[in-house]
Amino acid sequence: MDKFGIVFALLGAALAALGAGAGSARGVGLGGEAGSGLVTEDPAKFGKVLILQLLPGTQGIYGLLIAFITLSNIGVLGGSADFGIAKGLLYLAACLPMAIVGYVSAIAQAKASVASMGILAKRPDQFGKSMIFPAMVETYAILALLISMLSINGVAGLSI
Amino acid sequence: MAMLQMQRISIYALKKDRKPVLELLQRRGVLEISDSIAEDQVFQKMDVSQVRSSFERNINVAKEASQILSSYVSEQKSILSSFEGRKIISLDEYSNFNSKLDDTLRIANQIINCNKGIAEGRADILKLEAQIEMLKPWTNLDIPLNFEGTKQTKCFIGTFPKEYSLELLYQELAEYMPLNIDIISASKEQTCVFILVTNSLQEKVYEKLRSLEFSHPSVSVDKAPAEQLEKYSNRVSRIQEEILSLESKIEAFASNREDLLFLQDYERMRSDKYQVLGQISQSNNIFIITGYIPERETKALREELEHKFMLSVEIETPTEEEDIPVLLKNNPFSGAVESVVEGFALPAKGEIDPTAVVSCFYYVLFGIMLADAGYGIIMTVACGYILYKYRRTMEVNTKKFMSMFLYCGISTTFWGIMFGSYFGDVFDVIATTYFGVTNVPIIPPLWFFPVNDPMRMLAFSMILGLIHIITGYLIKVFQLYQQKDYIGIFYDAVSWILLIISCTILLMSLDMIKNILGLTLVIPSSIKMLSGIIAILSALIIILTNGRESRNPFKRFLKGAYALYGITGILSDVLSYSRLLALGLASGIIGNVINKMAAMPAKSFGFVGVIIFIIILLFGHTLNIAINALGAYVHTNRLQYVEFFGKFYSGGGRSFNPFTMKTKYYKVKENVNNG
Repeated sequence: MDKFGIVFALLGAALAALGAGAGSARGVGLGGEAGSGLVTEDPAKFGKVLILQLLPGTQGIYGLLIAFITLSNIGVLGGSADFGIAKGLLYLAACLPMAIVGYVSAIAQAKASVASMGILAKRPDQFGKSMIFPAMVETYAILALLISMLSINGVAGLSI
Repeated sequence: MAMLQMQRISIYALKKDRKPVLELLQRRGVLEISDSIAEDQVFQKMDVSQVRSSFERNINVAKEASQILSSYVSEQKSILSSFEGRKIISLDEYSNFNSKLDDTLRIANQIINCNKGIAEGRADILKLEAQIEMLKPWTNLDIPLNFEGTKQTKCFIGTFPKEYSLELLYQELAEYMPLNIDIISASKEQTCVFILVTNSLQEKVYEKLRSLEFSHPSVSVDKAPAEQLEKYSNRVSRIQEEILSLESKIEAFASNREDLLFLQDYERMRSDKYQVLGQISQSNNIFIITGYIPERETKALREELEHKFMLSVEIETPTEEEDIPVLLKNNPFSGAVESVVEGFALPAKGEIDPTAVVSCFYYVLFGIMLADAGYGIIMTVACGYILYKYRRTMEVNTKKFMSMFLYCGISTTFWGIMFGSYFGDVFDVIATTYFGVTNVPIIPPLWFFPVNDPMRMLAFSMILGLIHIITGYLIKVFQLYQQKDYIGIFYDAVSWILLIISCTILLMSLDMIKNILGLTLVIPSSIKMLSGIIAILSALIIILTNGRESRNPFKRFLKGAYALYGITGILSDVLSYSRLLALGLASGIIGNVINKMAAMPAKSFGFVGVIIFIIILLFGHTLNIAINALGAYVHTNRLQYVEFFGKFYSGGGRSFNPFTMKTKYYKVKENVNNG
């Protein structure tokens, strides 16, 4: 039973990459759909549309980041993987903020991004502002990233 | 921190000088035309819509022609050419173009006509090819398809929708002998036949044929199919030749491409000129131009105008009520981020231009978010190269944008060295993989590794955030001072600064916070007491004064209390700077992941492994730099717009939009050789 620690820890890492990655994939997809419509009308806006499309893509990267830190902490990428079930569950819990908030915020951010493409279409001069609306959503992904990261670092130092 | 002082200018000139004066103003491009004089019986405005629409028509013709031209003769363009900016031509070339105008327009129309001819020719070929396709099965028939028969016989020429052999057909029609059947061609889809019967039997045969799903050919020609086919293919090749000659005719115009582009610019300038002409007030003999001009340009423009023409220039300081346009003016270092400020909004009346302050923080924040010496050097070198290569022709806005990233790159390099990140940990990975070094890191960070000590990095990010936010309040102090709202300075800005600082000190003295941040500093209890008192006092001031526009004391208190609730906003603002840590770590750790992935196959595959190593590194780091530079750009903007501007800046100024040469391909410069 004691061996299950690593299973839960890896589950946590996988969830972080899964949730955030899946959210970003959906989000960037949404952006791409709306963006290609806009580019059909005005190909010159491709660069700016691309920026808006990519904004919800960062959650996937944060998920990868959390997954990677977890993997290297629990010794899956080389080293010893010797810890109990409690610690494994702690790693799992630490990964959850990134997994869940990453998924939800990526999609919410993508919706804001799509709406911002409307600004870009009708008021191209207001691009600076159009970028800010999706960026507001990202704050919460960053906060989740922060908590997940600090938790993983903290858990690694615990001796249980 | 500067906006150019604007002056109101009025030019009174003789109508005969109208054209040269306007052209001079357009070339100088320092004057924004505004029509402030109402029409009356003496001064009237011209209707220019008709003239302008003829210019617009010419622009469209030239545009279409140059598009057609580039679809036939593609232009040699390098990837970097978008940085090149407009081509510079001299004033002489500009004025000489008038004589070439009609020629160029004629060429444009010729190109369009040629293109039309090509399109029509292609359509004809398609039509002919369809007919050829239909005639092909009949090639072996040596009489026309509409041959009816002789005096004594009836002829059926047509198809069956499946394959028949001669034998089978004779069997089917055996009872109607004598007849003659020839199979012209046969395939699975259809059998083309020629059947000759005597007149007396023709109806019965026809009935029988119908029951076998016989149908007449869909094409009907007077000539034998083979002959007709030849005629068709001759016609196709003739049209093809025609198309080729039209194409080469278009290609021959390639040397006129520049003229076509310039024609668009030329007509655009004329159109703009006429638009202004429609705005200015004119009497029978004189005309008046009014507008805004940056003060530093007034002297030169006045001297030049008065020297060249008979006119009078009047310059006055605009009144407070006027809607004065805004033009920012900063040194090159700060000016580079003007586009960031303009992207939010230009300063409204009574606000200062925050560009200089924004620029300092911008470079620092961007650098911390990307924080990699390798990426920083790449950015710096790339931007520097582009800036140097196109230094003569580059557009002002592109130049600003590139120099912004140049400074951001320098800052990124600096913070990368501080935090010991060089393409992630590429040196360590190379050293351990190929040289068996165990003593990593090879280049230790100048300060510390954020990955190993994230709490320290978090604390640093938030301190930077506090400094940024307090700077915002300080600018507010300055702004209120300029507006002479001295009470506001104390109530709306200073009280908040005191509250933020004292609360920070109080928080720092809490054991919990100290533990989280790993701080060891001991704050003396006297300072703790003092900051506690200051915190309470400033909170009281905020509660009592921030609702001072309300007369009802109860309402005023509630408003003040609500304003104090804004401290939570400041808390979240400070927390928001944790993105410095998050994004900084993200770019660093993803770089590490790439290096690790590259190192995995490197050991096992020997020499091939080295190549794989290099490919993964190149691809991975290109991706990482692109994504993280984008992230750093967006989030630096966000920190400026939301956390920083939120404290003092709302913007809303109108941008200075001078009457100038708004061209797309060329810019006219006087004295090209000197400048």
